[in-house]
Amino acid sequence: MKRLFPILSVLTAALLAYALYQALVVAPTDAQQGDVYRIIYYHVPSAWTAFLLFLINFVASIVYLIRRNQKADVVALVCAEVGVVFCTVVLITGPIWARPVWGIWWAPGDIRLTSTLVMWLIYVSYLVLRRFSTSAQTQMLAAALAVFGALDVPLVYFSIWFFRTQHPQPVIGGGGSMDPRMLHVLLINWLAFLCFAFLVCWSRFRLELLHREVEEAHAMQSLAGDALAGNGVGAKASVPLSRSSK
Amino acid sequence: MNAIKFLFAAYIVTWVIHSFYLGSLVRRFSRLREQLKELGKK
Amino acid sequence: MTSLWALTLATLRKDIRLEWRSKDALNSMLFFSLLVVVIFAFAFDPLAEESRHIAGGLIWVAFLFAAVVALNQTWARELRNQVLDAYRVSPAPANALFLAKALGNFLFVSVLEALMTPLFVVFYNLHVLGPAWQLIPIAILGTWALVVNGTFFAAMSLRTRSREIMLPLLLFPISIPAVLGMVAGTTAVLTGDNSAHFYIVLLLTYDVVFTTACLLLFETILHAE
Repeated sequence: MKRLFPILSVLTAALLAYALYQALVVAPTDAQQGDVYRIIYYHVPSAWTAFLLFLINFVASIVYLIRRNQKADVVALVCAEVGVVFCTVVLITGPIWARPVWGIWWAPGDIRLTSTLVMWLIYVSYLVLRRFSTSAQTQMLAAALAVFGALDVPLVYFSIWFFRTQHPQPVIGGGGSMDPRMLHVLLINWLAFLCFAFLVCWSRFRLELLHREVEEAHAMQSLAGDALAGNGVGAKASVPLSRSSK
Repeated sequence: MNAIKFLFAAYIVTWVIHSFYLGSLVRRFSRLREQLKELGKK
Repeated sequence: MTSLWALTLATLRKDIRLEWRSKDALNSMLFFSLLVVVIFAFAFDPLAEESRHIAGGLIWVAFLFAAVVALNQTWARELRNQVLDAYRVSPAPANALFLAKALGNFLFVSVLEALMTPLFVVFYNLHVLGPAWQLIPIAILGTWALVVNGTFFAAMSLRTRSREIMLPLLLFPISIPAVLGMVAGTTAVLTGDNSAHFYIVLLLTYDVVFTTACLLLFETILHAE
């Protein structure tokens, strides 16, 4: 298993490089937007990847609520965190694309970018809850919040959609069909980013397992320390252990 | 063309963001391994 | 075996009685609401032509902030006297407690809204160009949307550091579709430019979805220590 990771990393790096080449060189120039449109090959795959990760978070959270499976909880956390990273990329490349093409950084009625912003806010609040919660049941609270967040996403989409039909605004990112060659390059880039996302999630997963192992070891040690110092009623506080804080 | 600057800015920003995140993972990994070693000694 | 409703009403009545006797929270909340309206009147010129277009947004933002201050206190009394522990142990359904708290908050926030609205009308010289009766379902559904999730998240925030900031931090993102519905709906009615129908349906859908979610998950939250 451990040898697999470096091999996959090299393969993924190669795939990303190939996808970049496709995006910059092979894909045809857009008739209206010129070469700037190539931002799409990073912007859209990042968005699709983020949505997929948040979907996995939703499923994992439900599994956790029903079964209390620890692995499911770790998957939920990992997917939320990596999803937020990809979502950040979407939110920054979006305006960078909008500015030269449509002359504006942001349009509140732009349904995709605005929905993505709200999703970003929801999952950041999920991560904040996980960090700030002092409860022994943090995982359960977070799973409940994840369910709420996922239920909210379609509502966000439709509310902005209707608002837009009443207040026509520029649509960033365009609509309509795509040249099949461009679609081809888009899918290649998506595949490359999916592989990259998988590796990042895998790393984060291992990190979280290591983190929980260390927490457990700390807990065990403090229990052992108490036992040594004598933990009958009225015993004083045990020998202070050197505990490296986060 | 001025617009190309935006294209490169977008690509660079993407990898900057990912680098920051990966860097934070590496840092957390090494810190945890250190802690584990310390705990192992005791 | 007492029914869910009987329990809910009993708890609600107790809360109202306690609140009425102390009047602490009530008075400070009323004054806070007045302050918010005044600050907004200074910040956003009421005489401007567009005031009718932005009044909807201003009113609901003011209500939102007032609601958050009220919601933060939802569970304070229960925490102080270890009532929550008693509830966990009792055979009473957790939903009775949740509904009682949510209804109590709803009444409380509605009182605040009823007081702030005339102030807004006065400061902004508002008169309604569209069908005014539509403001009632918008107000009821919108307030419930804020209160039902707010009560739930307030319970969640109990077990976090920085409890007071945690509530709005969790509530605001999730409430965005509801806020859009309230604001756009109110603006539609005030200006008479559009129909508020869709927004009322949106708010109704939002309320149904999240009330169900809260009722399903509250017991889980209550038992988290």
